[in-house]
Amino acid sequence: MIMDNLPLIFAGLLGLSILIYVVLDGFDLGVGLLFPFATPDQRDRMVASIGPFWDANETWLVLAVGILLVAFPAAHGAILTALYLPVFLMLIGLILRGVAFEFRAKAPIAQKKGWDAAFFGGSLLAALSQGYMLGMYIMGLTASVYHVVFALLIGVLLTIAYSFIGAVWLIGKTEGPLLTQAVRWARGGIWGAVLGMGAVSMATPLVSQRIADKWFSMPAALYLAPLPLASLALMGLIWFSLRRLRQDVHSNSHWTPFIATSALFALGFGGMAYSFYPYIVPEKMTIVEAASAPESLIIILWGVVFVLPIIIAYSALSYVIFRGKAQALRYD
Amino acid sequence: MDTILLSRIQFAANISFHILFPTITIALGWVLLFFKLRFNATKNPAWMAAYMFWVKVFALSFALGVVSGITMSFQFGTNWPGFMETVGNIAGPLLAYEVLTAFFLEAAFLGIMLFGASRVAPWVHTTATVLVAFGTTMSAFWILVLNSWMHTPAGYELRDGVVYATDWMAIIFNPSMPYRLVHMLLASGLTVAFLIAGISALRLLWGERSDEARISLRFGVWLGALLIPVQIFAGDMHGLNTLEHQPQKVAAMEGHWETGGRVPLLLFALPDEAARENRFEIGIPAMASVILKHDPDGVIQGLNDFVAEDGTPLHPPVAPVFWSFRIMVGVGFAMLGLSWAGVWLMRRAAKAGRGVESLPRIYLAALAGATFIGWVATLAGWYTTEIGRQPWLVQGVLTTREAVATVPSGLVLSTLIGYLAIYGALIVAYMITITALAKKASKGGDLGKTYGDMAPSGLRTPLTPAE
Repeated sequence: MIMDNLPLIFAGLLGLSILIYVVLDGFDLGVGLLFPFATPDQRDRMVASIGPFWDANETWLVLAVGILLVAFPAAHGAILTALYLPVFLMLIGLILRGVAFEFRAKAPIAQKKGWDAAFFGGSLLAALSQGYMLGMYIMGLTASVYHVVFALLIGVLLTIAYSFIGAVWLIGKTEGPLLTQAVRWARGGIWGAVLGMGAVSMATPLVSQRIADKWFSMPAALYLAPLPLASLALMGLIWFSLRRLRQDVHSNSHWTPFIATSALFALGFGGMAYSFYPYIVPEKMTIVEAASAPESLIIILWGVVFVLPIIIAYSALSYVIFRGKAQALRYD
Repeated sequence: MDTILLSRIQFAANISFHILFPTITIALGWVLLFFKLRFNATKNPAWMAAYMFWVKVFALSFALGVVSGITMSFQFGTNWPGFMETVGNIAGPLLAYEVLTAFFLEAAFLGIMLFGASRVAPWVHTTATVLVAFGTTMSAFWILVLNSWMHTPAGYELRDGVVYATDWMAIIFNPSMPYRLVHMLLASGLTVAFLIAGISALRLLWGERSDEARISLRFGVWLGALLIPVQIFAGDMHGLNTLEHQPQKVAAMEGHWETGGRVPLLLFALPDEAARENRFEIGIPAMASVILKHDPDGVIQGLNDFVAEDGTPLHPPVAPVFWSFRIMVGVGFAMLGLSWAGVWLMRRAAKAGRGVESLPRIYLAALAGATFIGWVATLAGWYTTEIGRQPWLVQGVLTTREAVATVPSGLVLSTLIGYLAIYGALIVAYMITITALAKKASKGGDLGKTYGDMAPSGLRTPLTPAE
């Protein structure tokens, strides 16, 4: 029973890792994207809000690419060689962003501005190339002028969506003028998230008749109706909570926009997963065709079943220890 | 240049850059734990000051290791799809276990270790430090299991050209794994020993006289002096293990062409692969036979035994393996000389009632110059063993040529140039930053405890006096 469904289980784990990565590192990257709009003092506090977490957040990307690598080796090769250049650009971006965390605080102070620029530039490059890869994936990983333009558009929209989730994260983690500023950023960025989801939702059924049929044939359309409706409701909730947000109220309400945004990301991601199932390389290779040998997958599965809850537990522990509004980072 | 050579250079560039930082963090994690426990036991503030200085170096090195490691996980797919398609059933679970048991552990507890001291009980903070050090070591364990399996594969069977696991214990404890793991962990310890000794020597040369700089120097020199003989012994054992399983690699390391006894230990030679002989040989007669076979008449297989019928060599390129091996061994003996001389000088100074600040300036300058000497030995050692694996990717199972992606060579070249540019810049920035941290410590006496300068950008604040 388990042995027969291993490819599906691993596809689920792959999707879960990507989703967790997009939400968690999404706000890390988003904070970096907002850097140019902040004063130097605000930047230190913004980095402090993600400092203890970013490393573990980024590890979800390693887990995702690891699952793709070990569970679906054929798809891993096909997808990553097709996305050779954007993968390279994303890695350069992640390198710059990651090292700037440390260098900006430890390098001679005259270089701090330069590392701040690297922090922003790295976040921007990573966000743009991730969006570009998403766009190319939707277009079936084939390069034509048309597809590249669409992928670039998705790159810009995902970047704005990341800056939005970064802003709502800061709403939860900061206070005072920076909080006011974060609310302003979030109000400016929400349309990026909305347009991005809209563009992906419209483009996927247009690219593939198979996907269009999956969504718009009866009775599937009825079962699926809650998905777009819930998304609209969440967007409304975010909009409403951003308008109502006040400094003096209990700070738990400062988390409403972030939680609603995470749920919105999850819904959009779920919709995409539904569209592409059962393919892992769009329209070319299915999950089952790409999967590794069951005897290897089952070895990994036992590890995952045992270790993943522990990972989630101690990651949560870290968020609990560093809960509340961000303080200056100190080693003592 | 063709795609395969460029892809090999790109992989080598990525993994060479990456290994620099784990080489530091693996051992430095345990060293930090040691500093912390010493402080708890003695209440000597110098230990805490040492912890506070080196935790900054640790955080910086860790960040560089993490981001360069992410690049590695993508390289398999972008450049070497044949690797996972052929041996994915074995490499996959090993890499998965590395992510699951090591990466998340170290990443999650690093935040608590670095920034959590004021938010959690002291024992929780100590536990977090232990878990981070343990996580980095686990990571080294899994990746060396996989790497060793590529050199000495075991516990598998081939079906239709794809490798399937048959015995996981045999895979994990494959014949070269224990030797390679010990050799690498000791290399990490030595790299950190000379890093700490070198930076502390630099601080003393800059006039600092704090207890922290002095105990750090003593710690580094002693750690190096204790580990280096163990490492020379472990390296010798590893070499004998290689002779048993990859004799063509040892033949290349020794520049030994024709099978026979009384093989000389070559101190210098220019291996000429076209003529299949060495030029300008200088060697100690029969010494290689003594080292490898413990017998001056011991017969060692030569490179000429590893040539296919049509003349294509089945052994690695000789000159790079020959020379990187000599660089590694040479650096190893330089470490031995430096650290033992240091122990002798420190004992002499102690007898005269003086501290380490009275060591000859020339010796302190030599230590400072050797700050990153461990990197040289580590890279040279890895080049010896990995170039020595060629033309195989997995010994006897998969050649490097079979695994490479069909990416246009221009694309590989342009991304390679991009990687090299950014890696070069980051290594320079890393060295500048560590030196700047040392300079600041030597000037201010105490570095403060914030994770960096929290002063607003662009403002030069006066250095704060000791807290």
